Amino acid sequence: MMSQASVEQAGMSEVSYTADEMMTVSAARALRDGMTCFVGIGLPSSAANLARATHAPSLVLIYESGTIGAKPAQLPLSIGDGMLAATADAVVSVPEIFNYWLQPGRIDIGFLGAAQIDKFGNINTTVIGGDYGNPKVRLPGAGGAPEIAASCREVIVVVRQSRRSFVERVDFVTSVGYGSGPGDRERLGLTGAGPKKVITDLGILEPDPETLEFTLTGLYPGVAASAVKERTGWDLAIASDPEIIVAPTPAELDALRRFQGTRARSHQ
Amino acid sequence: MAEIVSLAEAVERAIHDGDAVAMEGFTHLIPFAAGHEVIRQRRRDLTLIRMTPDLIYDQLIGAGCARKLIFSWGGNPGVGSLHRFRDAVEHSWPVPLEIEEHSHAGMANRYVAGASGLPFAVLRGYNGTGLETLNDLPEGATIKPITCPFTGETLTAVSAIRPDVAVIHAQRADRSGNVQLWGITGVQKEAVLASERSVVTVEEIVGELDPRPGAVVLPGWTVSFVARAPGGAHPSYALGYSARDNDYYVAWDAIARERATFTRWLDEQIYAVPAGQS
Repeated sequence: MMSQASVEQAGMSEVSYTADEMMTVSAARALRDGMTCFVGIGLPSSAANLARATHAPSLVLIYESGTIGAKPAQLPLSIGDGMLAATADAVVSVPEIFNYWLQPGRIDIGFLGAAQIDKFGNINTTVIGGDYGNPKVRLPGAGGAPEIAASCREVIVVVRQSRRSFVERVDFVTSVGYGSGPGDRERLGLTGAGPKKVITDLGILEPDPETLEFTLTGLYPGVAASAVKERTGWDLAIASDPEIIVAPTPAELDALRRFQGTRARSHQ
Repeated sequence: MAEIVSLAEAVERAIHDGDAVAMEGFTHLIPFAAGHEVIRQRRRDLTLIRMTPDLIYDQLIGAGCARKLIFSWGGNPGVGSLHRFRDAVEHSWPVPLEIEEHSHAGMANRYVAGASGLPFAVLRGYNGTGLETLNDLPEGATIKPITCPFTGETLTAVSAIRPDVAVIHAQRADRSGNVQLWGITGVQKEAVLASERSVVTVEEIVGELDPRPGAVVLPGWTVSFVARAPGGAHPSYALGYSARDNDYYVAWDAIARERATFTRWLDEQIYAVPAGQS
């Protein structure tokens, strides 16, 4: 799954890393120690576990299988791997994780992936192309995402960037970001604040404070703003002075590769 | 009181063509051996209900057992697509598959309503999503707005799920058919209590169920049939007995991708194998 294209770190160091590694490190840095985080599988889970292994040892990982405070030593393949239950502070039923834990707004961060995302941070993981009854591509569907997107205090989305995945309007709204713009979340009665960051393999997008349209505010070393615009399916606004994100440190890369190595081995 | 019978007899007596069947187990304790027996007995026109269809429903759908699927997340966890599920939705192979889809929170609450003997459950959910507009189903809507009688707030109601049969896998039962499961316990308790009948496969039948932390116990009088099926959750797992076979989940992608490889798998691994040994 790792992108084969390796980008050389800008500056003095010889350390090289992939665009996916930069993305995962960047997503991990968005999590602060002591936060509670509802984690989706895949990229979000890699990033959350990396954060726990580096700067956020007290990060509370919550998986929709009902495992609260899981401390896996390896990257889980699914949200229900045995080590999540074995290392959790508490294991609760699936109705309970959604009703008692997610729904009241107890959880700081919802960490989601996406197949398609639009300029207002609405996410589609249901169908692409055609119509609902006769789709071109049938995706897995909602899972826990709609209520994670609605009820966590804030949401962070981790997704690889392409014109196909970053679209003007999603084909199907599986999980609501800002709907069609300012006022929609309030009107819909969604209790969380919505998506605060979209972290991609090129940089970081954040909602414009006025329009709530996702805007490029951070760039990885060596990535040009024009390249990000090129890989966005809407007319992407660019912040006047985008931050250049610090490249992964050797410690971050070591921790990430150790995790990914253990998962890769468990597959063979 | 639960009858302790063979897996083949439990499936034969509990599950009939046209039934609504919920095989639950959230990643952990998925009742694969029972699912395989349903395929082997060539049940047809089933309404399959399950939060995460997983490989078990990919197999049942590919084998042509299902008419309809009620679900909330249909992928191969951490791997990718369920190819047989996609082929059924995208190309009606081997038979057309009607779908009714929800979020996890909605499905979990629908089971809670079923177990509670209520016609619906209430949650904060679905607002602004495309899911709440998918309500022009032949059987009628399953998601509707509802006004709180105390605060006037608009919430979401989801209709109860009441399957004909629930099928689950558990670690143990005793000789009276009392069932004990622990670890990630998902929605199995709700699924069994919401259903008319139930089949529980277990790793072992023991003389006495000594307590386990966090265990769910289903008294024997809430269960129809218990069948011994050691390893019956593979490639899912039974905490304390087996580990999740992640390699199998990865390997399934290639088996299920093409109709020919899947059909060969069905012939060799299901139809040619006696009950309880797949």
